Amino acid sequence: MLKLVPRKEPNRAMLYATPFLAVLMTLVAGFLLFTLLGKDPLHAMYLIFVKPLTDFNSVAEMLVKATPLVLIGVGLAIGFRAGVWNIGAEGQFTIGAITGGSVALAAYPEGGPLLLPAMALAGALGGMAWAAIPAFLRTRFNASEILVSLMLVYVATLLLSLLVHGPLRDPDGFNFPESRLFQEDALLPALIPDTRAHWGFVVGLFAVVAAYVYLERMLLGFQVKVLGQAPRAARFAGYSEKKIVWTCFMISGGLAGIAGLFETAGPVGQLVPSLPVGYGFTAIIVAFLGRLHPVGILFAALLMALTYIGGETAQIEMSLPSATTSVFQGMLLFFLLATDVLVNFRLARAGKPAAAAVRPAAPTPAE
Amino acid sequence: MSGVPILKLDRITKTFPGVVANENVSFEVGQGEIHALLGENGAGKSTLVKMIYGVQKPDSGEMSFMGEPFAPSKPSEARAKGIGMVFQHFLLFEALTVYENIVLGLSAAEAKTGDLRQRIIDVSTTYGLKVDPDRLVGTLSVGERQRIEIVRCLLSEPKLLIMDEPTSVLTPQEVSVLFQTLRRLASEGCSILYISHKLEEIRALCSKATVLRGGKLVGSCDPRQETAKSLAEMMIGATLNKPVRQLPAPGEIRLKVQELFMESEEQFGVDLENITMAVRAGEILGIAGVAGNGQTELMEALIGERACRFGRQIQLDGVDIGTQGPRERRARGMCFAPEERLGHAAVPGMALWENTLLSAGKTNDLARGGLISLFNANRFATKVVDDLKVKTASVKSAARSLSGGNLQKFIMGREIMQNPKVLIASQPTWGVDAGAAAAIHGILIDLAKGGTAVVIISQDLDELFTISTRISVIAGGYLFPSQPTEELTVEKLGLAMGGRAKEVDAAKHAANAETAGA
Repeated sequence: MLKLVPRKEPNRAMLYATPFLAVLMTLVAGFLLFTLLGKDPLHAMYLIFVKPLTDFNSVAEMLVKATPLVLIGVGLAIGFRAGVWNIGAEGQFTIGAITGGSVALAAYPEGGPLLLPAMALAGALGGMAWAAIPAFLRTRFNASEILVSLMLVYVATLLLSLLVHGPLRDPDGFNFPESRLFQEDALLPALIPDTRAHWGFVVGLFAVVAAYVYLERMLLGFQVKVLGQAPRAARFAGYSEKKIVWTCFMISGGLAGIAGLFETAGPVGQLVPSLPVGYGFTAIIVAFLGRLHPVGILFAALLMALTYIGGETAQIEMSLPSATTSVFQGMLLFFLLATDVLVNFRLARAGKPAAAAVRPAAPTPAE
Repeated sequence: MSGVPILKLDRITKTFPGVVANENVSFEVGQGEIHALLGENGAGKSTLVKMIYGVQKPDSGEMSFMGEPFAPSKPSEARAKGIGMVFQHFLLFEALTVYENIVLGLSAAEAKTGDLRQRIIDVSTTYGLKVDPDRLVGTLSVGERQRIEIVRCLLSEPKLLIMDEPTSVLTPQEVSVLFQTLRRLASEGCSILYISHKLEEIRALCSKATVLRGGKLVGSCDPRQETAKSLAEMMIGATLNKPVRQLPAPGEIRLKVQELFMESEEQFGVDLENITMAVRAGEILGIAGVAGNGQTELMEALIGERACRFGRQIQLDGVDIGTQGPRERRARGMCFAPEERLGHAAVPGMALWENTLLSAGKTNDLARGGLISLFNANRFATKVVDDLKVKTASVKSAARSLSGGNLQKFIMGREIMQNPKVLIASQPTWGVDAGAAAAIHGILIDLAKGGTAVVIISQDLDELFTISTRISVIAGGYLFPSQPTEELTVEKLGLAMGGRAKEVDAAKHAANAETAGA
């Protein structure tokens, strides 16, 4: 029989090993799943995890999908480090797309080199404004930011729908609920010619570096970590909880807003009601899979993007259900959270070795 | 009373990566014996009792309990055999009642036997450990919480009771009640393994002592035949120099608190009522009191975690600072060492060098223009570790990996080495061994000599009498006027702490009744 024994100190090696362990277990579970579905599991795995990497266009698509995940994931991670649970990045993403896109539509058909920066700024401000609602309600009334930010996602989605059905609808668009196609100057330039990969990914890389410096070298980032790990110590040091909560919401909201704008000014090219496809939620998995560490998040976002592309490929080639991608992402988070227990606990053999059943015992409360 | 050994340890060895916690330790505890386990921080006392209680397993060596081989793999096994333990840090849920906490700590079988609520009341009245099963733990003082732990142990009628530093949170009167309880238990045949660094107590209570140093057994003795000094020297392995309080005449008033009222934010907290005090340069003001009488709230108000209503309520060198936050106060030369080390004075999961940033960032230039200076922070942390002889693998070790006493030394060092104008410390030597406590006391006295105004909030009266120039008592959120130490006795203070608390309560009730009536 195995049992869990609390570790004296969190195991750092385990901290970095568990994401890989989770990926491995996801592969095993996926293997079983496909076998049960009567599909060739090896071929499915190949299609999901290997084939996209062999194709230039798929790699470019990966960057497209990874861009919003990196941007949002990095912002969320800073908040999560402080114990600020912004679950509504999806909403901030949507509002960012609306505000940034509106700048393009307002300028239409004018352009110029300042249009894109203005759009990005408007997108960031839009995301921040949306994030300001849960931030205000938490700091002023102690409302749960988890519920507030989550519920605002649906408000944002409906707001987008309302706008593209009304004021932002393309006047020449035969009443389709879509905005105009953005003018040339409002579109993100391609990073790799003839693909959809755009410069937003480079901004994402910049966000990774900036977040790393913020968390590891700057006093503000240090305050974020202190508040998350020991709120009383933050009070002792004189760090203002309100200020930190606001900062976290502004960073995560702003980055989510920029991600939304990049999505609409990049691969999509207009405002459509179907713009929010769940990046804001997937980014939560990305943040935890990347250990709330900016560099880890970059890799986690690429992996998650791979499952998106690979899942689509598998859907088409093996006629798998469209939920495949979600199932894989869900399993990944599930196994990650499950294996995370090994960071603070270790497995030990206990009791009668004859008993074959693996049953993790609850930790004894006496320590 | 001692006859057949109830517990026997034979050449117990336990190593952790890089440290030998215990090496070939052998000793016996007789039936009905109150046996002291003495040693400095890191001497291996905690590891040893954890092995007896089944929290850890020895690498080699054997134990026997009541004549039978004994190797508990978990605490519940040790409890089933009849071993109870009261930890130094209580494991209680504040939001639950006393009764619920006790049920949680018992095994299912133990919890089922008889009417537990009645048994709790019976045990607590029999042994003079007054607890109300239906009170929320959050409303109780540290002393009362300890009683819950003891009652919890006594419910399972232990044959051996292990107590880890039990008196550090009690008034002299409470200590004597506890000793009566322990003596009574011993006379009924229950053996007690008593871990403490308060040598006078050990001399008063214990009939045998085992001394550990660096994980090894250095001797055993009858503490009644020894002096506190000889015991301490045995423990440290060197001659002990007690700090001498020779302070110059006090100078200007540095810290002044006047008419400070503050309602507690906590549901079960104590409101501060009309706190007034003045501390001069070169003075050490001791604030005595039973835990839970407003010390935490006073500390919060002095640190600035909660701002006062008016600036003049707290003055530093004549400047109003009552409305300022901790960072502004530190910038003006105040330093603070709160009672709770992990989670308040230090972030448990962060490295020591990171923990210097909490309070010493400004004074030691650890962060410039918002950027953390790794070099300066590491240098400062290393200096603290070296000067205070903190036992740690490196300044990169997490705060929680240090033993309680070592972390306390680090925190005191972090504050002291900022050369503060005013230093306020709560329980500066709680759980710290005699050698380290003497070192900390020496540093505090040196600080005062250098013109610092020092405030020590402590429940350890010996400590206050050793170093304070004046002592006052806090009770029910009210601070009594201070008196010179020379004019006070332990008994007098102890009575004020306990007796006056009741008077304060009565006065408050009367005041409340008046307001309600009007």
